[in-house]
Amino acid sequence: MVRTLETILAIASLVVATEMVFGAEAEFVQENCASCHALTEPDFEALGIEARAERKAPPLYYAGDKYRRDWLVEWLQAPERIRPAGVYPPAHISSSPDGDEIDEASLPTHVVLDQSQAERVADYLSSLRPYQERIDSVTYEPGSISWRMGQMNFVKFNNCIGCHQDEPGYGGVSGPELHTAWDRLRPEFIFSYTKDPVSWDPHTMMPGGDLNDGAVEKLANYLKAVSEEAE
Amino acid sequence: MKTMVVLGMLAALCTPLSYAETRGEQLYETYCSQCHGLNGAGGGINVPDMAVQPRDHTDTAEMSARTDEELAKAIREGGKAVNKSVLMPAWDSNLSDRQIDDLVVYLRHLCCEQ
Repeated sequence: MVRTLETILAIASLVVATEMVFGAEAEFVQENCASCHALTEPDFEALGIEARAERKAPPLYYAGDKYRRDWLVEWLQAPERIRPAGVYPPAHISSSPDGDEIDEASLPTHVVLDQSQAERVADYLSSLRPYQERIDSVTYEPGSISWRMGQMNFVKFNNCIGCHQDEPGYGGVSGPELHTAWDRLRPEFIFSYTKDPVSWDPHTMMPGGDLNDGAVEKLANYLKAVSEEAE
Repeated sequence: MKTMVVLGMLAALCTPLSYAETRGEQLYETYCSQCHGLNGAGGGINVPDMAVQPRDHTDTAEMSARTDEELAKAIREGGKAVNKSVLMPAWDSNLSDRQIDDLVVYLRHLCCEQ
């Protein structure tokens, strides 16, 4: 009981401290981002899976656990689409006798920030770390993997290619592109999300939960190799 | 009498989805349509670069040869568990037993009740 109270007080003081430091930034993000991005954790169970169809953009309430701050600064100034079919692909698909196609005209564009705004927003988003403990518990150390073995894991053994692209223009289009993932995401997040996507997002469209640590490390190392190859 | 039969057939064609089918339809759109297509015919947006074509769920003959248990197992444990393509992932982490049952009900609607 005492420990629970201590935890609640610690979280409350952290929230207050964050708001004191980032008051203006928090207000800016609330005003400009909240219409598309979730800024607080939704009640997934109460909402039901129907809510997934309403999602317009990735949730940002754990942005600090997920994104690299430097990537955020750059991307917010020159946003480029990461998910070829949007955040909820079925909303951007048109059916034809030859199969489904992405309706490009239906995909939204992202607001562009100037450098000062981008840096301040990135700093604020980087402070949103409700799952810091989960990230801190990840023991993954980035390493290397041969291109051939990495691709075998990505394509043949785990079928990541079914939904994700590991090079521009090749692979599935329903998931976010992964040839830019290493530059975009914290390595610990890549490991943790790949290992158990549902624990991060109960409404994720990514299957998972059956890979051992070694298999996840190989996939994370492949994303690192893909990023280094692109440089 | 003929009119009654025609009306009866039309009514059957226009029968709204059951509650379970509606829930299954929503789940199908969210989790399955990217590969199997919005209409279930196997032409999802991920297909062009796929090594194996996803199952056409509107194929009455093929789908009728599968039991509900087999379909549920394929969804829950992935294609490998039913000697099919490993490209079909296991959805047991994402879906509850009831959701998988709803999907099977919707698959039956797709293949055999339209």
